[in-house]
Amino acid sequence: MVEFSAIYVLWLREMKKFLRAKERIIGSVAMPFMFLTFLGFGFNKMEIPGLNSGLSYIHFLVPGMIGMNMLFSSMFSGISVLWDREFGFLKEIMIAPVSRVSIALGRIFGGSTTGIIQGIVFFAASFLLGFSLAPQFGLFRAVFGFLLMLIFMFLISVTFNALGLSFASNMRDAQGFELIINFVMFPLFFLSGAVAPIANLPPFIQVISYLNPLTYGVDGIRGALIRSSMFPIWFDLLLSSFFALILIGLASFFFERSEGV
Amino acid sequence: MNSIEIKDLVKKFNRDVVAVDGISFEVKKGECFGLLGPNGAGKTTTLNILSTLLQPTSGSAFVAGFDVTKDKANVRRNIGMVFQEPALDSRLTGRENLEFHAMMYGVDAKTRKERIDYFLSLVELSEKAEVLVRNYSGGMKRRLEIARGLIQKPKVLFLDEPTLGLDSQTRRLIWDYIRKLTHESDISIILTTHYMEEADYLCDRIAIIDHGKIVALDTPENLKRAAGEATLEEVFLKYVGTSIRNIEVREKEW
Repeated sequence: MVEFSAIYVLWLREMKKFLRAKERIIGSVAMPFMFLTFLGFGFNKMEIPGLNSGLSYIHFLVPGMIGMNMLFSSMFSGISVLWDREFGFLKEIMIAPVSRVSIALGRIFGGSTTGIIQGIVFFAASFLLGFSLAPQFGLFRAVFGFLLMLIFMFLISVTFNALGLSFASNMRDAQGFELIINFVMFPLFFLSGAVAPIANLPPFIQVISYLNPLTYGVDGIRGALIRSSMFPIWFDLLLSSFFALILIGLASFFFERSEGV
Repeated sequence: MNSIEIKDLVKKFNRDVVAVDGISFEVKKGECFGLLGPNGAGKTTTLNILSTLLQPTSGSAFVAGFDVTKDKANVRRNIGMVFQEPALDSRLTGRENLEFHAMMYGVDAKTRKERIDYFLSLVELSEKAEVLVRNYSGGMKRRLEIARGLIQKPKVLFLDEPTLGLDSQTRRLIWDYIRKLTHESDISIILTTHYMEEADYLCDRIAIIDHGKIVALDTPENLKRAAGEATLEEVFLKYVGTSIRNIEVREKEW
């Protein structure tokens, strides 16, 4: 059973807190921006197989960095559960007469929205470093591409918010959580094709990349923005949605089980 | 009619630490029931079980007629709780904390506005409603939490050391309101406290609990008469002794 008012109010709480902590927006955009600057200029001459003419490495990299932005902010937003536990507020949430699934969904959607806001800020800023949409795009395709990007941002965020929440539900210590998340997050990032094409990886590592939800999110954003992707966009959309649903299920299961003191 | 019925309730942590060791009692509708006991006696654990935060190891507990292990949703719908430690979101304002709470309990927008305004003025926080809770003093936080516990109009209210660390004025305000509440409505209250005069002043009946067991249960007057002591403090010390306790409190890990 799902209570929409509970999901809404948990989401609203996250929004209010996010907008009151301006340093969070800047801090979270700064990191991928730094990656973009150093990698973008450093590897600008890198050959990307299958990339459309008129596009350079920075065009390949920006969708990857958007994915990174989504991944990092989403995985870490699970920590809010641990802070709520630390400050006692989790008890207030846990004795409320709403289903645990609603609480998990409220948290996931709240974390996703803040991630998407950060992603859009980063996307806009990337034009300063020479990013552009595929040159053959008309206005309609550009707007359509932007909306598609938002959908992929949402799916990536939901997936990794849910994964973060799954970890947080099984943990008590915020510092331990950060260590574990870093340990999980960097392989996900590097094996997603965010910085280099998956085709360049050894075959047995490619298998892992194909099991990585972020691969399809990043590929989908590439398709949406620069029309250069490994898979058709509908396929990326399908797999990203599939992973999002699986992870929501997993997070709800762990969160439900974590109740109690 | 009983609001709370507990029978042979046991809670063990990690199989060997027995926090609650087979307690049984009832709380009548409209009654204010006090749980007294030294630190680590099992008071908070009992409240956590009754409020569905903890699963009992054995025994049964019914709150407002619902089983706390099988019918958690209905138990949650009928209770209000003020926790021992602050459980507010300090990055929200006082009003936002109450709004969050009321929405979680499904109170509709119009009723929400009325009740929030009413309870804010009741705990004398109307003027500070738009201030972030991180800027509140301890007493203000406590008053806000008491207001919050009442917004959904619960049938049973749990107060875990509601006046801990408060000044006399705030304590008196809270006492007066609790008394008014028990006289004017049929809400049942379970209260834990270390202040004996508080228990004496507020509670219809008192259970003294030690090492997870109830060692005495009666009205404050009967307890004093039976023990032949003038104050509840003396009665209490007679039952539980004067040695200091070093019991690990597992639930503090929250």
